[in-house]
Amino acid sequence: MTAWPPFPESPLAPEQWNRLQELSSTLTEPQARWISGYFAGFTAAMTRGDGSIAFAAPAESAGRTVTILYGSETGNSTALAKGLEGALKSAGVNAAAADMAKYKGRQLKDEQDVLIIVSTYGEGDPPQPAVGFFEFVEGSRAPKLDGVRFSVLALGDSTYEFYCEAGKRLDKRFEELGGERIAERVDCDIDYDEPAAAWSAAIVEKLKAEAAAAGASAPAPVASPFPTAATAYDKRNPFQATVLESIRITGRHSSKETRHIEIDIDGSGLAYEPGDALGVVSSNEQHRVAELLEATGLDGDAPITLKGDTVRLASALETYYEITQGAPRFIEQWAGLSGSSELQALATAEQTAKAEFLHKNHVVDIVRQFPQSGVSAEDFVAGLRPLQPRLYSIASSQNAIGNEVHLTINPVRYELHGSWRNGVASAHLCDRINQGDQLPIYFQANPHFRLPKDDNRPVIMVGPGTGIAPFRAFLQEREYRGASGKNWLFFGERNFRSDFLYQVELQEHLANGVLSELDVAFSRDAGEKVYVQHRMLEKAAQLYAWLEDGAHFYVCGDADHMAKDVEAALLTIIAEQRGCSAEDAADYLTRLGAEERYQRDVY
Amino acid sequence: MDSPVTDRSTDISQPLENLGPDETLKYNSDYLRGTIDLSLLDRISGGVKFEDNKLMKFHGIYQQDDRDIRDERRRQKLEPAFTFMVRLRLPGGVATAAQWLKIDALARQHGGDMVRLTTRQTFQFHWVVKEDVKPTIQGLHDVLLDTVAACGDDARTVMATANPENSAIHAEIAALSKQLSDHVIPKTRAYHEIWYNEAKIASSEGEEPFYGRQYMPRKFKIGFAVPPSNDIDIYTQDLGFIAITGEAGLEGFNVVIGGGMGRTDNEPDTYPRIGDVIGFIPKDQLIPTADAVLGVQRDYGNRKIRKRARFKYTIDDKGLDFITGEIEARLGSPLQPARPFSFDSNGDLFGWRKADTGLWQLTLFIENGRIRNIGDYRLLDGLRAIASAHDGKFILTPNHNVIITGITDQKRAQIEALLAEHGIPEEGPPSLLRRNAMACVAFPTCPLAMAEAERYLPDLVAKIDPLLDKHGLADKPITIRMTGCPNGCARPYVAEIAFTGRAPGKYNLYLGGGFHGERLNTLYRENIGEAVILETLDGLFGKYASERNAGEHFGDFVMRAGVLA
Repeated sequence: MTAWPPFPESPLAPEQWNRLQELSSTLTEPQARWISGYFAGFTAAMTRGDGSIAFAAPAESAGRTVTILYGSETGNSTALAKGLEGALKSAGVNAAAADMAKYKGRQLKDEQDVLIIVSTYGEGDPPQPAVGFFEFVEGSRAPKLDGVRFSVLALGDSTYEFYCEAGKRLDKRFEELGGERIAERVDCDIDYDEPAAAWSAAIVEKLKAEAAAAGASAPAPVASPFPTAATAYDKRNPFQATVLESIRITGRHSSKETRHIEIDIDGSGLAYEPGDALGVVSSNEQHRVAELLEATGLDGDAPITLKGDTVRLASALETYYEITQGAPRFIEQWAGLSGSSELQALATAEQTAKAEFLHKNHVVDIVRQFPQSGVSAEDFVAGLRPLQPRLYSIASSQNAIGNEVHLTINPVRYELHGSWRNGVASAHLCDRINQGDQLPIYFQANPHFRLPKDDNRPVIMVGPGTGIAPFRAFLQEREYRGASGKNWLFFGERNFRSDFLYQVELQEHLANGVLSELDVAFSRDAGEKVYVQHRMLEKAAQLYAWLEDGAHFYVCGDADHMAKDVEAALLTIIAEQRGCSAEDAADYLTRLGAEERYQRDVY
Repeated sequence: MDSPVTDRSTDISQPLENLGPDETLKYNSDYLRGTIDLSLLDRISGGVKFEDNKLMKFHGIYQQDDRDIRDERRRQKLEPAFTFMVRLRLPGGVATAAQWLKIDALARQHGGDMVRLTTRQTFQFHWVVKEDVKPTIQGLHDVLLDTVAACGDDARTVMATANPENSAIHAEIAALSKQLSDHVIPKTRAYHEIWYNEAKIASSEGEEPFYGRQYMPRKFKIGFAVPPSNDIDIYTQDLGFIAITGEAGLEGFNVVIGGGMGRTDNEPDTYPRIGDVIGFIPKDQLIPTADAVLGVQRDYGNRKIRKRARFKYTIDDKGLDFITGEIEARLGSPLQPARPFSFDSNGDLFGWRKADTGLWQLTLFIENGRIRNIGDYRLLDGLRAIASAHDGKFILTPNHNVIITGITDQKRAQIEALLAEHGIPEEGPPSLLRRNAMACVAFPTCPLAMAEAERYLPDLVAKIDPLLDKHGLADKPITIRMTGCPNGCARPYVAEIAFTGRAPGKYNLYLGGGFHGERLNTLYRENIGEAVILETLDGLFGKYASERNAGEHFGDFVMRAGVLA
């Protein structure tokens, strides 16, 4: 028998510990490594509520039932919902988290307390998987919600015009339907940790008290056997991965500089699925920091306090703060500091005006236009938001390529006020990362962008530009699985000779039958401008036949134009081929979405 | 003939399964159609299917790729940068001014602002992308030019001595070369259907009464030489006609068969061969003789082992007597004894010369046959200006130079002004070595290249010239040729000094070819680089300077002096 406890912090019961010890004594090194990966995946599955893993049955709680509805694309809302679910259960509250993507709207009338966590995309749109839920709730068939209590946590990005709009829409609609607020809505910017935690804590506090009052027999809180994935890497604790290769894959004379990047994740125990995203923790370019220090007249060595630590201003600006694109709070902060009446007017203007101004003026541009000397470092950074990791659709299947993760990145570059500006992470990956460098990364599950579980299903993928990334992963995975379902890819870019990303791999997939169909559109070659949606329309009958045959339809890439054009083409095809009205075509597409056969990863 | 039993185990008499794979491919191609039309429409590749590439050669088109960036693109997961070489059929190398202008326009539109003149007197476009091939060929059609059989297992464009100083003979020979070329090219409608979008005729049966479904075993080259010029290197042709003239003009031809340059690297049973003069025919026997010779090769050529399929090997395998006998049997009469003739050179004479018509002609030196604008040397623009101003003939020489003919005194002044304006010298380069230099295309477009040729020979000549100077030999013309592989496109094996590429920067050095192409050279050094090349030539030039006989050519000297032993 081993002495107990070997590790004071271990959450294991003695019996569990002994069984682990027994197993450990028989392991070879590769086996031990495999098991560490297995449990990393196991915990990840638990935190995202994968149905394949059985939880210990939650104890029955007294009091009202709480449903936490979440709508998520990148997983932030999901993670918050799961966290809240755990906290409520621990507090003895009968709570269950549910994805809006799968939730049947009619159940709402039977709910007691509904907590909503939802993020916003594009122009105030809900996350793609939650579109059906929104249509139901905002439509005429939505039930009365008298007696239902609710509260909304809205996630968003304050640089967008319709900040937290999806959350605002549900908050308003639930009230219209007769719901009663448990707590006021909280709108969170991209650094949502603190406000989200405060909202959750307030709600847990309130519901815990009610539950305790309702039933004396409420069980003592039970700690989860695996409370959190302490060793799993996430955005706060990224894995330092090694870059194996970074190569520009657009040929000579291309107008693009798209890169293929291969990253080693050996030893991380990390696991990802095709469709998932890779989070990259980036930093600002040093010359941008120097430029900002010069514009503000601040001393890079000035000490500032960051989460209790004292750090150099220059270092905080490089690695902690978003210093290129500002948030509305910077307008407000700098308006106060500079005393500029123009900025003060803007600070109280509509969100749209702020968003437009911030789009055209980075932090350094604002400081230059409204100069103010003598500002303290602390006051300056109070207007900044933390630098957020960036997410990239993964371009590889772990099953197929082993412990690597591949990305397809096109650096964001544009001109502003006479100088070139780079996207923080994309340019970081493309300009500053070389073979052998370390890169802090983590994985972000994307449960709403998944290959069909049934390998016999046909798959249609529309992925122009870097939108091809997840489909490279899909094709690798389908080949690895020996999936018998047919695969059809639509790809587009500017020029055939230089920009046909992964051309040779796709030709091989076509030759060996993994791809049944490959249609390409190049918009800047001689002749007419041709885009992927034109190729879809050219093959309307075949495409519709695939859909009728149960195909899953995926779109990845540009959200502003491409995804809309592709959806319009898809609706046209459905209407024409079915000989039905535009409305019926829209219903058909909604049904596809509800069956998770129309999935999008657009940005 | 003498031999009662002739080995027929490798020729057309055998079923396809006994022959090489190309025979099946040709047989099943529906007379050179294959799936070329579909390959052209395929958007996934800038190239065409393997089989279609083979068939497109019969249409004068070769798929190539930019080998300079092949490896870079492989790492980028991009297919090779495929483009196409489009080669014209231009019998005798004669083009009109209108045709020149069209070729110029097509080069600017589709061919990377460059035209290449070949060692077989025709134009070649490089860098034509797939979707531009059809417009290029249709453009040529507008001026009655085509690319039929410019490559492939068929009778290629027919060459003819370029220099029209004897205008009547030249005109007659040029007309015969055109007539013969039109006679020997494939008759399939495939070319019209694919490139001109003409309708397919219901049945393609019997489309090739001469060739049949399997065409020739390998390429077949025909040329006419008018002594004393052997500019076409008659001894390197599969079938050559040496013009024999008398007081009444052209009387007929000495027939030369079985020349050929190509060899395969490290395959000793492949070799260059000098053609044999087998007799004389009166000029009215030209077409029947060509049919007879082509027919013998069609029927007896080796279709099992492709590298042994050229006519020269058929002759060596079956015996010259047997082949000559077959030809005579098909002609129905014996050949007459060969008539005397003599050659003095295989090079070109540059600058202004007066033809027997009293009109001027101008031979312009085109280094490596490459016509483009480089800085102040605006050759492409200059020739376009001349073709716009002067409605004469533009004759391409077998040394990839160009002769502009039919120029009056008045026009000469205008052309001189245009040459000056475009920075084009009227004379050839001062270096005689450079004037007599010839290189194949090699890198970056030729798929066969093992070493540089066209991009390197000019530099090498610049380093050899000082050695000739040092030994007082600058006024002695020497033929020097370089190819990027042993295949022999610039006819290296009849040059006095020749280099054939083995690996980047490494060449085999051959010495001792005849100055007018009458004798093969001999391998002297293998796999040597520039330093050894220069050192070796320096030593040989020293010997040549001190030990040569009066008027003795360098190639003749090295043979006589025994330096090759």
